[in-house]
Amino acid sequence: MIDALNITVQLGRKEILHNVDFAAYPGQLTAIVGPNGSGKTTLLRALTGDVDHGGTIQMNGADVTDLPVWKLAALRGVLPQATPLAFPFTVIEVVRLGLMSGTSAQDDRLPERALARVGLAGYEGRYYQELSGGEQQRAQLARVLCQVWEPMLDGAPRWLYLDEPVAALDIAHQIQVMDIARDFAQAGGGVIAVMHDLNLTGLYADRVIIMKNGRVLAAGDTRDVLNSSTLSQAYDCRIDLDFRPAPDIAILHPAGVSLAPL
Amino acid sequence: MAVADIQIDGGKPAASVGYIDRNQRAQRMIWAQIGLLALMCVVSLTYGATGVSPFRVLAQISLGHEVSISDRVVLLDIRLPRMVLGILVGASLAVSGALMQGLFRNPLADPGLVGVSAGAGLGAISGIVLGGMLPVALAGLLGYYLVPVAAFLGGWASTLLLYRVATRKGRTSVATMLLAGIALGALAGAVSGILVYKANDQQLRDLTFWGMGSLAGATWSKVLTATPIICAALAVAPFLARGLNGLALGEAAAGHLGVNIQRVKSVAILSVAAATGAAVVVSGGIGFIGIVVPHLLRLSIGPDHRYLLPNAALLGASLLLGADVISRNIIAPAELPIGIVTAVLGAPVFLWILLRARGVLDM
Repeated sequence: MIDALNITVQLGRKEILHNVDFAAYPGQLTAIVGPNGSGKTTLLRALTGDVDHGGTIQMNGADVTDLPVWKLAALRGVLPQATPLAFPFTVIEVVRLGLMSGTSAQDDRLPERALARVGLAGYEGRYYQELSGGEQQRAQLARVLCQVWEPMLDGAPRWLYLDEPVAALDIAHQIQVMDIARDFAQAGGGVIAVMHDLNLTGLYADRVIIMKNGRVLAAGDTRDVLNSSTLSQAYDCRIDLDFRPAPDIAILHPAGVSLAPL
Repeated sequence: MAVADIQIDGGKPAASVGYIDRNQRAQRMIWAQIGLLALMCVVSLTYGATGVSPFRVLAQISLGHEVSISDRVVLLDIRLPRMVLGILVGASLAVSGALMQGLFRNPLADPGLVGVSAGAGLGAISGIVLGGMLPVALAGLLGYYLVPVAAFLGGWASTLLLYRVATRKGRTSVATMLLAGIALGALAGAVSGILVYKANDQQLRDLTFWGMGSLAGATWSKVLTATPIICAALAVAPFLARGLNGLALGEAAAGHLGVNIQRVKSVAILSVAAATGAAVVVSGGIGFIGIVVPHLLRLSIGPDHRYLLPNAALLGASLLLGADVISRNIIAPAELPIGIVTAVLGAPVFLWILLRARGVLDM
């Protein structure tokens, strides 16, 4: 599991995260949600070591500061919000970078399989920089998948860290990417995703952390945490849940917006 | 869930056949480059101010004839060390350029960014202008080596200074290094200006020609001095290739791929300082090789550093040999400084590349 205790992050003189505790479990998709500026992405960047932080973070029982970079790379893949590329690599060349850590299954066909998985079969020879934002995001996901293709490594779970993985995607590809994340978790890996879309979060997350003003407002099983009063408090906006689609699926929407039948 | 079964991208080409794998092209390219370099070596040995032909000399030897002393001197003590030096300098400039561009994630980066050129230039100018003020005994001891030694020390000193300024808590900020390099370059330029102002006419002439670069005056002792430094730096380069590929995604993403970023940075900076420093010392300021060679290669074999670095070493060497042949034949028996030849050839090629490939390079 990922077990983070007492995480504080200070940027300049301003403290962005205040003593945040965080846990994520293998076999689950853990979503971090919250309003803009609540510290979601900063928390993820602290968990991945991309920002200086106080507190301790354990991964599969070991303190991450004790693990060398190659070991961390073997155990986790990190998908940032956007990845600008310095040189004109083709799509397949970008995806092959995922094999660098050397612990992935050394299968020459893996990059092509990963591209097909994210719906980019046939894009191998295209220039990455000529793709649309959403296509670039999926190509990067294919790279990260190559890095941690098998959700388990020597009996230990591997981890996917996704920073707003569906932000630039159309609805069909949102579903496709969330399916990939859930499949990864169901095969024994763990997924931590920063999410904006509360409805997708409700559909896919097993566990939800709601952030507000650099603190954890609520954390727990999705159906316990995603309720009208907590969400309304988090977003300073009345949010209603509509259970009309099915008894166990809720549609979240701001109060006052009527859900007219299509 | 049913949505998972929806076929996405049904209308797009399904099979992945037919894309060009540039890695295979890059591997073949290395063999073509070795052939080109061999050809340039022969050209470099064959054409010069005097009409000595290596083929004729070889024929004389094989027929058991005596080779004249002047032929022997021209071939073995003038053209051959010059050819070897050209290969070493061309390879270092091109590989240093490719390393810097990978490290700074910018196709226009140049070895000068690590401060080597400014520091070496200041060192050389100090050597030329202040050399006359040294005690006669010391000047006599250093003799001909005064200027190269001063240039090498100046190059290293400025690189180490920049590295110190840009490194905090064990992390080197590439952006800080770039900015500090601009400041240091301006300072070195100002001090050089003062020295130039103090210089006499002969020193001014020496300064001007040093700045334009030349392989003239190549000797075996120069070759022997530069070889270990340049070869050590070039031998390290292949080990940086994967790390530089990862860095194309940004430092954070490279770290998550398992790249030890700080080690890649420090090793790259130190090897560029060593290779460029040694090259500048033996040949003066030769421009454009470090930018044009990696650029040309990226257009045909792509930016993968595992293939870019060896190809750059070979193409840099061939191009510099070619430029040297032009520089010493075009106004023979006089010589045009090679820095002028590389600039006259390199600058238009560079502009042409930018115009032609604008769509790809912009981003």
